This record gives sequence, structure tokens and C-alpha cells, in this order.
Amino acid sequence: MKFAYYPGCSLERNAAAYDHSVREVSDLLGIKLQEIDDWNCCGATEYFSQNELAACAVIARNLALVEPQTDQIVAPCAACYLNLAKTDKLMVDHPEFGKEVNQCLAAGGLKYEPGRVTVRHMLDVIVDDVGETAVRDKVVRPLAGLRVAPYYGCQVVRPIDNNDNPEYPMKMDHLLSWLGAEVVDYPVKAHCCGGHLTQISEPQAFELIRRLLQNAQDYNTDMIICMCPMCQLNLDGYQSRVNGFFGTEFKLPIMYFTQMLGIAFGIDPQKLGFGKELVTAMPVLEAKLGGQLV
Amino acid sequence: MAAHIAEKKGTFLEEVIEATPGGERLVHCLQCGSCGGSCPSGADMQYTPRTLIAMINANDRDAVLAANTMWACVSCYFCTSRCPQDIPITDIIYTLKRLSIAEKRYRDTDAPALAKTFTDFVDRYGRSFEFGLATGYHLLKRPISMMKMGPMGLQMFTRGRMALRPTKIRQIEQLQAIINKAKELSGSK
Repeated sequence: MKFAYYPGCSLERNAAAYDHSVREVSDLLGIKLQEIDDWNCCGATEYFSQNELAACAVIARNLALVEPQTDQIVAPCAACYLNLAKTDKLMVDHPEFGKEVNQCLAAGGLKYEPGRVTVRHMLDVIVDDVGETAVRDKVVRPLAGLRVAPYYGCQVVRPIDNNDNPEYPMKMDHLLSWLGAEVVDYPVKAHCCGGHLTQISEPQAFELIRRLLQNAQDYNTDMIICMCPMCQLNLDGYQSRVNGFFGTEFKLPIMYFTQMLGIAFGIDPQKLGFGKELVTAMPVLEAKLGGQLV
Repeated sequence: MAAHIAEKKGTFLEEVIEATPGGERLVHCLQCGSCGGSCPSGADMQYTPRTLIAMINANDRDAVLAANTMWACVSCYFCTSRCPQDIPITDIIYTLKRLSIAEKRYRDTDAPALAKTFTDFVDRYGRSFEFGLATGYHLLKRPISMMKMGPMGLQMFTRGRMALRPTKIRQIEQLQAIINKAKELSGSK
């Protein structure tokens, strides 16, 4: 299984734990990731707010840089995933627009044939391509007794069909159950974390974050498992601010699903980026899984 | 459908449709309200997406472009996913954001400043830059919130989650040539 790998800007620093755990877990599962050389930012939601053609041209440069012998690209970040997939789809569905994007690329000596590269999210690769048997085979440290709430967020499950339910996705639920975890049926699993509103309108963003944390706590969740750097930042990084704002006392670790895979596969937590989260995960993990993990 | 749009010649509806790939679905809006009811920010909006679409149809261009609806949108795509008429509502909101920014019609929101700061870093380095975003945008627009962010920023930094310098891609000139061409073709600076 070989994929072009698009880490995206968040995974360089803010979500380095996601990048480390993606690479560790992929190695173990036989997923070959070839990082796209000299990739650029996907523009998040910000470029689309200003100039659609420029937004798509910026994104399409990454698609154009995928080596000719590779026809699939995997992105762990939800915004990157959607931007890459959406740009390709726009170019396929609207050939005139596709031509304009290629006119832009030509200014940089590049060209992209719409539809050539299939854009995948990391979760889909592990659940759909690697599959249950191969994942279960690697589990040496089952997550038995750990209650986890799978949190999908928005942009992987909507609006592009990723072969899951856009209202109530199940892929991560299945994956975490293969690891032996107790998976909480989390009603708000595909609701919004507030996205960039933490930067623009804190009261609005904090309320969306509060609902997600409150709901998880109501279901006696030990930790929330996410698949997007923005979700992780909003729920983890802003958790103490949200507590201050509402007078709540949430203390929920927010971890990436690849970190949990790594733990179940027996990988050293340090290599998986444990310790980078602001709400620490180790105490509850060691209490539930029994003993030292290092 | 083409005839239907032809009747809208020169209207705001036509303008929005033209500026949005797939936007022609707009004429099929049933005013069912699935969009507004699905929106996590609905309660914070002056006009929900359903109302906004009615206003587009009514050619109420000025009120639409000054609405706060676009700046409360979180791009969660619930409206798009649930629309029984397959209207790409989130993308229409993006179109309205672009028009509102281009003509400086927005009011009481820092969203355009955030977008500008963010994309300026992309144009200059080819990568986004969180620390630069925090210091540039926040110091300029919301110094008080910046102080509240301090402890969090420090924690992010000590955990190696924040870089003090941006990463620059090697082929930045190539990216800039692509961006400049896009701006030239779309007639914006």
C-alpha cells in the first residue's frame, strides 16, 4: 500500500503528535507514506473566503506534485483532506474551471489532470484498506476498560462521501472497538468544534466546545478521540479557557485516533507524541490499562 | 433550468450563481429551512441560510452582503449535506464572503482580517504560521484576548507545539507565480 503523504501545516508543529503517530502506525501496518516534496499550505478555510481560483490553484499545486507512479494521496487533517478532495472534484465537475486552475499551475510550470489522484483520509485508509483482521492482529495491549468517545467533526464526513454516514459516522467507532476500547455512543460525534471561531468570536466557539465536552462527560468518557488538528486544538488547547468562561471543570484528554492505535500496538507513548496534549492523558490511560506504559 | 436563470439576467441571484460552481441549484430552493435548523451557529445569525437565500432571490444585495451570517458560518457543511435540493449552501456562503470582502461590506467582524493575515503568510512562505497569526492578527485586532491567550500560548510553546519562525517552502517563487496568475485571471489583487 503506497500513498503520497500530505501532512499539512498543523502536523508540522501544533499537531506533531498526529504526524508522529500516523508515521509510526503506518510503518507497523505496512502503509508506505511518501511525503510530497515541498508541499504547500492548503489555505484552510481562509483562502476560499477571498479568492476561489487562487484557493484551488494553491491546493492543486500539491496534487500536481504527486509523483506520476502514485495515484492516491492521504491527508490526516480534515481541512487539508477536504480542500484537496474538493478541488479535485471541482476540476472534474466543472471542466472550464479546471482549465483555469491549470492555467494558473502552468504559470509555475505544473499541470494536473483532474481526477488523476484519489484523495483519502487516514482513517479511511486504515479502516477500509488495512481492515479489521490486520488491525486486530497487531494489538498487543488492548485498550480494555478505557471509555472513549469517537469525535469525527465535520470536514471528513461532509460534504464529500467517504463511505460513511455524514450524520452519524461509524468508522472510528469500529476501529476503536477493534482495539478493545469501550466505545461510547457519542451523540454529538459529527458536530462542529467551532473551527476558526475561537479566533473570531470566543463566546460562540466556546459554547460549541462546551457542548462537546459536556456530552462526553455525561457519558462518563475517559477521553475524546479525534481525527482533526483543529478539533484537537479547540477541545484540548481551549479547554481551560472554556472552563474559566462557563465555570465548568472539564478535564478530558483529547487524543488522535492514531495515538490510540499506537498504544494498542505497544508503541512507546513518547514516539506517539503523548505529552504534547495540554490536558494530560497518561494518568487516566495508566489507571485504566493498568500500570506503566513506557 | 437555463430559462429560469435567463429570467434572472442582471440580478443578484445570477451574480451569486455565476460565482459559485454548482450555484445554479439555488433556483430550486424550497424554503424548507433544513439549512437554518441544522446550523450550529443559527442562533447567532441575523439571517439563517434559508432567509439569506430568500433575500438573494429578492435581489436584496446590500442587506445580504452586510449580514453577519457568513461570519458566523463554521463550514461544518451540515446545511449542504442535508439540503433536499442539493444546493451547495456552504459554497454559496463562501461566495458571499468573497463579495462582502471585495467590496468591504462586512460589519463588526474580524473574520476578514484573520483571513487576510492567514493567506498573506501562505503567499509569502507557502505555509501557514500560527505564531505569526497569533501575534499579527491578535495584537492588532484583539489585544485583550491576546493576554488571556498568553498562558495557553506558553503551554503550546513548551510542549513544542508552536514554532517561532515560519517554514518557507523551497519553490516559493513557483507558488507565487501560480497565485499571481490566479489573481490576474480572477481580476483581484
